[in-house]
Amino acid sequence: MIEIRNLSKSFTLHNQGGVAIPVMAGAHLRVDHGECVGLVGRSGAGKSTLMRMVYGNYLAGGGSIRIGGLDVVTAEPREILALRRAVLGHVSQFLRVVPRVPTLEVVAEPLLRLGTPAPQARARAADLLARLNIPERLWALSPTTFSGGEQQRVNIARGFAHDYPALLLDEPTASLDAQNREVVLCLIEEAKARGAAILGIFHDEGARERVCDRLVDVTGFTRGLAA
Amino acid sequence: MTLMQNAITAAPLLSVQGLTKRYGARIGCAGVGFDLYPGEVLGIVGESGSGKSTLLSCLAGHQRPDEGRILFDGADVLAFSEAERRRLLRGDWAYVHQNPRDGLRMGVSAGGNVGERLMAVGARNYAAIRESATDWLGRVEIAADRIDDRPSAFSGGMQQRLQIARNLVTGPRLVFMDEPTGGLDVSVQARLLDLLRGLVRDLGLSVVIVTHDLAVVRLLADRLMVMKSGRVVECGLTDQVLDDPQHAYTQLLVSSVLQV
Repeated sequence: MIEIRNLSKSFTLHNQGGVAIPVMAGAHLRVDHGECVGLVGRSGAGKSTLMRMVYGNYLAGGGSIRIGGLDVVTAEPREILALRRAVLGHVSQFLRVVPRVPTLEVVAEPLLRLGTPAPQARARAADLLARLNIPERLWALSPTTFSGGEQQRVNIARGFAHDYPALLLDEPTASLDAQNREVVLCLIEEAKARGAAILGIFHDEGARERVCDRLVDVTGFTRGLAA
Repeated sequence: MTLMQNAITAAPLLSVQGLTKRYGARIGCAGVGFDLYPGEVLGIVGESGSGKSTLLSCLAGHQRPDEGRILFDGADVLAFSEAERRRLLRGDWAYVHQNPRDGLRMGVSAGGNVGERLMAVGARNYAAIRESATDWLGRVEIAADRIDDRPSAFSGGMQQRLQIARNLVTGPRLVFMDEPTGGLDVSVQARLLDLLRGLVRDLGLSVVIVTHDLAVVRLLADRLMVMKSGRVVECGLTDQVLDDPQHAYTQLLVSSVLQV
């Protein structure tokens, strides 16, 4: 489902003397349907950079990233947008929303964008928020005022609202208590069971052992480069 | 996968090629080209004098470019007769000004402002016009009992929402926006952004939005075009351009934003 070949990346800082910093070369990776692959490597080794390239958020320098038949490296912006809407989900560490939009709408939005009827989208959002223990009295409020853990759970609910065939998870269990961590791990297991290909970063070792089928050390993709 | 295929096989709604506008020897904008697809929001950013407003006014038919082509739904807009151009500006196209006073008739009631645009495209039934105006005031969150008030009695945020209602009542397919949240308080901006996002999604509008506010484009625009000295220096997915800018000028622009 996700296939990365010979991926490379460097940053050129034009306003700091035009210095070019190579951060990745020769990255190879494959995630099949129903499989969860965890990225490991010390902080700064390039786990997040790789995830961002897969999502099309960072431009790759070379190589290919094929997801469901589309090469993200060479795709047009609108092809990436269509991929993100229907195929590739992303749970980031931070929730970025328009202030004032109620939590229920924030979570239902990915479904509304896909054309799911509003009552059905909201029912699914309500179901996920309830599972993630966000009290119903908060659903009508904007999540911008919520605690860090609550925002993280809203973000997870939003990321799991649509059954994406491929999912990127960046520290999905960080800042969660044991009960909510368990809910998130179950959501990940359910996604795998329905055939989703998942690529994730998990600093939580227990979570990693439970949901990851394989681990890939990104240090191997940066060896010999300035870091 | 069908949704994805639909999105990819659709033809562009607006196709711009080699658009150039000079003011004597000075360049307003030069060699600008892009395709805008149905339901897509394109943000144009750059500092004052970068040519973004010149570009928008050429696109929207307020100024005639010196060179280039503008195709709307396949038709060459610059070859339109004056009558055809007016019909386009009243129906399929809409323009939201930065200052609502430029887009509203301040001496006419709120309902009249909305109804007027409907009448310009041929609506004649008073009851139907008033009903449509009331419906649109509701959609932009203006209470029905304000329908007979003049916009001069409205706050800046309300005036801007009224301008949006006046523009969208005729069901345009393409909306041009010039700094639509400029000059508004931050809390009022948020409300307007939320409203715009909902309208764009529910009505499938295509939008070209000019702003200097990177936070606004991050939330509203699918794609971003960065302009400097009349030329496009970088374009791409909004979050990619903002998070991994390639051009020196974009890097400077992004790194100059204060973090809050």
